[in-house]
Amino acid sequence: MPSRVVLALGLLVLVLFSASVAVGYAPLDLRAAFGDLLAGRQSLAALVLSELRLPRAILGAAVGFSLGLTGAALQGLMRNPLADPGVVGVSGAAALGAVIAFYFGFSASFALALPLGGLMGAAAATAVLLALAARGAGTVMLILAGVALSSLAGALTALALNLAPSPYAALELVFWLMGSLADRSLVHVALALPFMVVGWGLVLATGPALDALTLGEDAAESLGFPLRRVRLLVIGGTAAAVGASVAVAGAIGFVGLVVPHLVRPLVGHRPGRLLAASGLAGAALTLGADIVVRLVPTRPELQLGVVTALIGAPFFLFLLARLRGREA
Amino acid sequence: MRLAARSVSVTRGAATLVRDLSLDVEGGTFLGLLGPNGAGKTTLMRVLAGLEVPTSGNVLYDGRAAAEIGRRGLGRTIAYLPQDGRIHWPLPVEEVVALGRLPHGTAAVDEAARRAMAAAGVEALATRSADILSGGERARVLLARALAVEAPILLADEPSAALDPLHQLEVMALLRDTARRGAVVVAVLHDLTLAGRFCDRLALMKDGRLLAEGAPAAVLDDAYLAEAFGVDAVRLTHDGETVVLPWARRG
Repeated sequence: MPSRVVLALGLLVLVLFSASVAVGYAPLDLRAAFGDLLAGRQSLAALVLSELRLPRAILGAAVGFSLGLTGAALQGLMRNPLADPGVVGVSGAAALGAVIAFYFGFSASFALALPLGGLMGAAAATAVLLALAARGAGTVMLILAGVALSSLAGALTALALNLAPSPYAALELVFWLMGSLADRSLVHVALALPFMVVGWGLVLATGPALDALTLGEDAAESLGFPLRRVRLLVIGGTAAAVGASVAVAGAIGFVGLVVPHLVRPLVGHRPGRLLAASGLAGAALTLGADIVVRLVPTRPELQLGVVTALIGAPFFLFLLARLRGREA
Repeated sequence: MRLAARSVSVTRGAATLVRDLSLDVEGGTFLGLLGPNGAGKTTLMRVLAGLEVPTSGNVLYDGRAAAEIGRRGLGRTIAYLPQDGRIHWPLPVEEVVALGRLPHGTAAVDEAARRAMAAAGVEALATRSADILSGGERARVLLARALAVEAPILLADEPSAALDPLHQLEVMALLRDTARRGAVVVAVLHDLTLAGRFCDRLALMKDGRLLAEGAPAAVLDDAYLAEAFGVDAVRLTHDGETVVLPWARRG
């Protein structure tokens, strides 16, 4: 039953991925474009496909998978349905890193300064968290450290906005922070995807340990899962995947919090079984929202983070109302 | 299996929770661990389970140290039932019990999980969601989870605290039967009557020290009970068995 759900979600992701490649502002003959791309012809169609459509679809799927997967893993680690990839503080730090790159004008001199700044911010926050985890800090301590990092990064980001050289610069920063997949290239994919894949691997490896944590930390450890290692894997994996996501796409809200709740009625509450399904559902939601962004004819384009929150939050409320009394 | 604690001490800050405590339990023995609140029983259980490294002394499992066996190996060697266990997600009962199979590389509801459910009398609850269990039902489900490990050592911290009289009797009988089948069973207990009736041996702790250890009749001695709990006990005889009832505050 759950594996059938995973299969169905996988198919849905494939369909939405194809739709995402097919949808765009410029008209595109997909068949010709693929033909040119595979044949190595530098036609306009091939360029639109390789420079605009494909990176956007790949990042949509990968960022969504990262958010859905790590949201489910953190909820399992903390045994708290309100946990979200943001709580480890890496998202805020990645955003701050990108803002710093922007603020000091590095992004004007070379385009990849934003994602590189984001990765550095995420790496710094991850180093702090891993140092704490290696010294034996408990889960609550790590989350509190994440909240502190998040607040600090938020304050410094606000400071950058406060001192922005011009209102236009501030506006551009705010837009970037809302999260978007527009105008990303395959270089962005190459920069972020390796970190994400490593992060996914680390997090997926904790499935059985997260199942065991259903019984609490002592019982989980007694079942043969060293908690220190489990924390390192989940927090390190989340930091890698989400840090890279924020670095290339900005902060895309609500996916990590909501998606595990959407998937639980389908695959049950066992945290380990939730991981892959939640990742795929996150990919589907993000791809879908990014298609909506391009179909809604507003100028400026709706930001992806705005749309995921607009879809996610009401659906979350609906779900809570429906499940009222069934679960905590 | 032989579980041995050798001069175990645990200090945390200025507090000494367990003092120079030694204990030997052979397979086939049901040992009841008694003592007033704060005597160090739970700390000792965590040390025996390998969850806490003692400040000094060591614990040996068939002569081997925890570090030698490794966390994974310990998972198959020791089933540990924590005090006030919670079930954090509303899984069906059979999936909760099957979590006990994780040390064996599976979380499937297999034969061992079914045996454990049958032994703990929770078969009828198999598909019930864990969030709508009563306190007593949850306690028995968690005991079934621990039994599902089928480990040679079972450590249970207050397994009968939440149970009604019938289920207290059944759980005590179940722990005794588990020991009869060859396991080392150590349970923290507060009911002196049940402890005296069902356990093969008792260990009485006070202030982190082992005050008395041995056959139930010897440990449930007036002087020991007065010193450990500050109570006077009444003794009755029923069907040739001695029943010990704490009756009044000492003095």
